[in-house]
Amino acid sequence: MTTVRVSLPAHLQRLAGVSAEVRLTVSDAATLAEVLDALEEKYPVLKGTVREHGAAGRRAYVRLFACGRDLSHEAPGTPLPAEVMIGEEPLRVVGAIAGG
Amino acid sequence: MSQVRLLVGTKKGAFIFTSDAARREWQIEGPHFGGWVVMHLQGAATDPDRLYAAPWTDWHGQVIQRSDDGGRTWEPVGNEFRYKGEPGTHQWYDGTSHPWDFKRVWHLQPSPSDPDLVFAGVEDAALFRSADGGRTWREVEALRQHSTGRTWQPGAGGLCLHTILIDPANEDRMYVAISAAGAFRTDDGGASWEVATGGLRSEFLPDPQAEVGHCVHKLAMHPSRPDTVFMQKHWDVCRTDNAGAMWTEVSGNLPSDFGFPIVVHPHEPETIYVVPILSDSEHYPPEGKLQVHRSRTGGGEWEALTRGLPQGDCFQNVLRDALAIDAMEPCGLYMGTTGGTLFASADEGDSWTPIAEHLPRILSVEVQSIP
Repeated sequence: MTTVRVSLPAHLQRLAGVSAEVRLTVSDAATLAEVLDALEEKYPVLKGTVREHGAAGRRAYVRLFACGRDLSHEAPGTPLPAEVMIGEEPLRVVGAIAGG
Repeated sequence: MSQVRLLVGTKKGAFIFTSDAARREWQIEGPHFGGWVVMHLQGAATDPDRLYAAPWTDWHGQVIQRSDDGGRTWEPVGNEFRYKGEPGTHQWYDGTSHPWDFKRVWHLQPSPSDPDLVFAGVEDAALFRSADGGRTWREVEALRQHSTGRTWQPGAGGLCLHTILIDPANEDRMYVAISAAGAFRTDDGGASWEVATGGLRSEFLPDPQAEVGHCVHKLAMHPSRPDTVFMQKHWDVCRTDNAGAMWTEVSGNLPSDFGFPIVVHPHEPETIYVVPILSDSEHYPPEGKLQVHRSRTGGGEWEALTRGLPQGDCFQNVLRDALAIDAMEPCGLYMGTTGGTLFASADEGDSWTPIAEHLPRILSVEVQSIP
């Protein structure tokens, strides 16, 4: 098991009652889906806010970035980047830019 | 001393206003859920400190928040609204079939007797029910599965269920209204539903007297007269005295019978209020004069209430849930505009005062009269 860093947008920080980054324990072969599972398990209030309920697809206006790359369209089973796995970089949950 | 509390939902959060019975000085708290679109907040009748709120954003979807201390603190509760069974389809704008897809909650309505029992009207149109204070939600599926359900088609504002009226003397009787679909009534707690649009006429429909497709903007009912319901429709103000079997137009001398909200006086079941808007394509007051209109005859004869309201260059709208009436004596009215002004009247609408300006776009206003 290892600990990874996940940064959250302001709305979700307030909803979960946390600061910008949270730390999650995941397996040594963690995937995008596993880290989001861990996020929802530790903070159940975030269920449905990053991924849809049920089918668990990413919400359309949420993006997942890490290490300067957009991982939003990667398959849920995609392994986390090595830099995220060793805690050097966070997985960033980002709200799409929007006006109004 | 009694207190009046306003629950104001806006495009960028919720605000709570409180005053004593005089309703002259108001304290404002907020924004709660800053940055979230708060479609609606509502308090429970038997426990006024039990509040429910429906914040939503495009980013993160729907959240339901609950307060047990009158809005000082809030707790996120359940946000999973899953249609029962295979959802099926309704009509889409282009005439194709479109899968039912939950988008957001438009309206929350706690039971008149049980603060833990609360209903939610949602888009795409459906009614949900929670018996545990909002922690879990179950669809009242017979409504969406009504034989006409597959023909419901959204208007430009979405296929939203925005009105839930519960008969306090018989909670098995409820009315709901859905934009561009119509009005429906249940007499058995939601197990079955009847179309309640008899006599309605909507010229925008291929068949103006069709059973469904009427764009009902809001319904209002006095709790002592559950067979009498008032309606602000997409054009026409109407009333029924037989639970929706037959509606009669009561627009009378209104300067325009287009509008969104309608409310009933708490002590006079034949006194009703509307806010005329110029037209379906011009959502602002006629001549730029914001006027509330009151009928003391259950419709037909209307008087303009203008004192304290802008009588020129006002091009703001008042949305369907943004007019509220308290139960004080004399009763007070509260009206929020899309321009972010909250007006209050402590004299049954005879005169108005802005109690907040420069708020975000106001989506809903509810009022609690607290002993």
